[in-house]
Amino acid sequence: MAKIKLSEKKKQELKEVCKSFNNEKSELINVLHKAQGIFGYLPAEVQESIAQELNLSIAHVYGVVTFYSFFTMVPKGEHPISICLGTACYVRGAEKVLEEFKRVLKVQVGETTPDGKFSLSCLRCVGACGLAPVVMVGEKVYGRVSPEGVKEIVAEYNS
Amino acid sequence: MELIKLTIDGELLEVEKDTSILKAAKTVGIEIPTLCFFELKDMGIENKPGGCRICVVEIKGRRNLAPACTTRVENGMIISTHSIRVLNARRTVLELILSDHPAECLTCAKSGSCELQSMAQQLGVREIPFQGEQSAYRKDTSPAIIRDIDKCIMCRRCELMCNEVQTVGALSAVNRGFMAVVAPAFEMNLEKSPCTYCGQCVSVCPTGALTEVDHSRNVINALADPAKTVVVQTAPAVRAALGEEFGLMPGTLVTGKMAAALRRLGFDYVFDTDFAADLTIMEEGSELLDRLTRYLKGDKNANLPILTSCCPGWVNFFEHNFPELRDIPSTAKSPQQMFGPIAKEYFGKKLGIDRKDLIVVSIMPCLAKKYECQREEFKVNGDPDVNFSLSTRELAQLIKQANIDFNSLPDEGFDNPLGESTGASVIFGTTGGVIEAACRTAYELFTGKKLEKVDFKELRGFENIRHATIDFDGLPINIGIAHGLGNARKLLEDIQAGRNQFHAIEIMACPGGCIGGGGQPFHHGNSEILKQRAAALYKEDDGKTIRKSHENPFIIELYKEFLGKPLGEKSHHLLHTKYFDRSSSVFVEE
Ligand code: SF4
Ligand code: SF4
Ligand code: SF4
Repeated sequence: MAKIKLSEKKKQELKEVCKSFNNEKSELINVLHKAQGIFGYLPAEVQESIAQELNLSIAHVYGVVTFYSFFTMVPKGEHPISICLGTACYVRGAEKVLEEFKRVLKVQVGETTPDGKFSLSCLRCVGACGLAPVVMVGEKVYGRVSPEGVKEIVAEYNS
Repeated sequence: MELIKLTIDGELLEVEKDTSILKAAKTVGIEIPTLCFFELKDMGIENKPGGCRICVVEIKGRRNLAPACTTRVENGMIISTHSIRVLNARRTVLELILSDHPAECLTCAKSGSCELQSMAQQLGVREIPFQGEQSAYRKDTSPAIIRDIDKCIMCRRCELMCNEVQTVGALSAVNRGFMAVVAPAFEMNLEKSPCTYCGQCVSVCPTGALTEVDHSRNVINALADPAKTVVVQTAPAVRAALGEEFGLMPGTLVTGKMAAALRRLGFDYVFDTDFAADLTIMEEGSELLDRLTRYLKGDKNANLPILTSCCPGWVNFFEHNFPELRDIPSTAKSPQQMFGPIAKEYFGKKLGIDRKDLIVVSIMPCLAKKYECQREEFKVNGDPDVNFSLSTRELAQLIKQANIDFNSLPDEGFDNPLGESTGASVIFGTTGGVIEAACRTAYELFTGKKLEKVDFKELRGFENIRHATIDFDGLPINIGIAHGLGNARKLLEDIQAGRNQFHAIEIMACPGGCIGGGGQPFHHGNSEILKQRAAALYKEDDGKTIRKSHENPFIIELYKEFLGKPLGEKSHHLLHTKYFDRSSSVFVEE
């Protein structure tokens, strides 16, 4: 777990979020949703603060965070890479592309490289099936990506 | 009250509306097997997540089988609890559970009292037809409890105890699907969580997923070492439950047989924690009087109410959850920890034995005591005052290993001087007992009069939170009692909010007090067993000639010869402790 220290400002912001839900225990999922919006992910300290504000046990909050795949405890990389695994991309070899990204970046899906530069995730159909297989880096879309092209894409952001 | 008529296995019956099929069946002697379901009647403790599906039954006219624990009875229902369809489904469910369960029964700590094992027996499972991936989770060993989560069947009873009953919140189901486990936050080790080591999760876990740290090997080694003198102390609640491990009826007092067994195991001196409990009353009772007197004189800082401090589960709880109140509990150590220094610094010195060569073993109904005796403040130059703390269950195991036929043992007594005790100390083992014992002594010391009726019946019982006012010769003393940490939390919050005015409060972490401790023989949810144990302790108290701690002749002698007076300098040094704020140290990140 990465050690982070929340700034006073962010802490305050988090408190406000909890308050906007009346510090209701039953609003936990909504609060986590908002918090992930603010921080981009849900580090331990954020979960602790939320537990405290909503008067829940930290174990319970962690239980909810790990139950829903939407929530993440890892910060996204500077350049988040998403590989489309929708049907069209899949049949045209997206899985091989994904494997290559894993190999090149030495991370698993849902992880971030130690230098914080790249994170890897999967998507379901981005609506660009004509370009399958599709990869997104940040906002930029790459079409017809082959495993051989992966290194090139990564290199673009590594200079 | 509306009655519902239905048929179960051909038997016509009438039960109250809203009864579950499971409980309805029980009324006519039909025991539907269950795994995740758990209850402790009269204490409002019930677990019925309906998750394991072992209790499925067939209801005529319904397409699907229904779980008996969560399905309510309806008029005209015709239910079969053992039709061929039910039997097949039930067995398949169990086989599926077993397919992800390590088949380690031969070496499992829970073997013999495991509910999964007996279920496999009962349903006649002879092979596990499903082969699949098995979970492989790391083992987590804390000072008192081992989590071997591969043996977890996700019944979530431990969550019920830790979160609902104890309100500790150390455990939660985390992750999903095959990866789901019950774990502390961030899947850290239990030691890093706010766990109090009360052991209630261990006492309800149906399998070997949660067990105590076993110290019996260390004790066997110490007993075999000729250079060591090994003394043993036994807590009050042990004598009321140990017999159950040898097939005796719950509530059978085995004080004499237990002493005999300990002697045969090779302990050099068989002493009694009850002696130390009498000592606790001397110190804690004097503290109560001291604070009371100051309060009556108008001292605003008299720190009332005084809270008892003899339960280490409770001490852990307030250090984590109410550190701001840590000036209020009595500073008196628990009986286990009072016994240690008295054995090593008084008894040992008298015999000329160096403290390193004197091994103090305690037999406790408790898992928190395993942790307590390892606390740094209870050591002298690294040598613990109490070396090893064994549970009632571990003692039973030791006795069996030594080929002792427990039930045919003669009744023997404890050794002196640390074996003599009064009735007051015996009732320490049940909720309300500590404060009753304290009242017996405080009354006489405060009023200077003789207490004619030593039984304070108003302090007894199993109600979660109890209040009583005791007449100290014209001065009404308000007493509060809570057992179970959730109840303790309620009581403390009331005090903080100024809703209650007490002079003294007794708190025990375990439901029922130590008789229901995490180290006791498994009660499998039968609350009658707890009641029988409590009754046994009151019976032993009733049969004692001396029933007030301050009249224990060896206690009087100990003060005269060694300690001086209660709250005196030596007592302060040996018998009192201080508490720490552990609220922030809970989730320090690595
Ligand atoms: S020992 Fe008590 S506090 Fe610790 S996890 Fe078990 S139930 Fe919770
Ligand atoms: S650890 Fe034990 S009590 Fe807790 S869910 Fe698993 S099997 Fe049930
Ligand atoms: S109530 Fe007794 S058994 Fe339970 S934690 Fe406290 S001292 Fe131990």
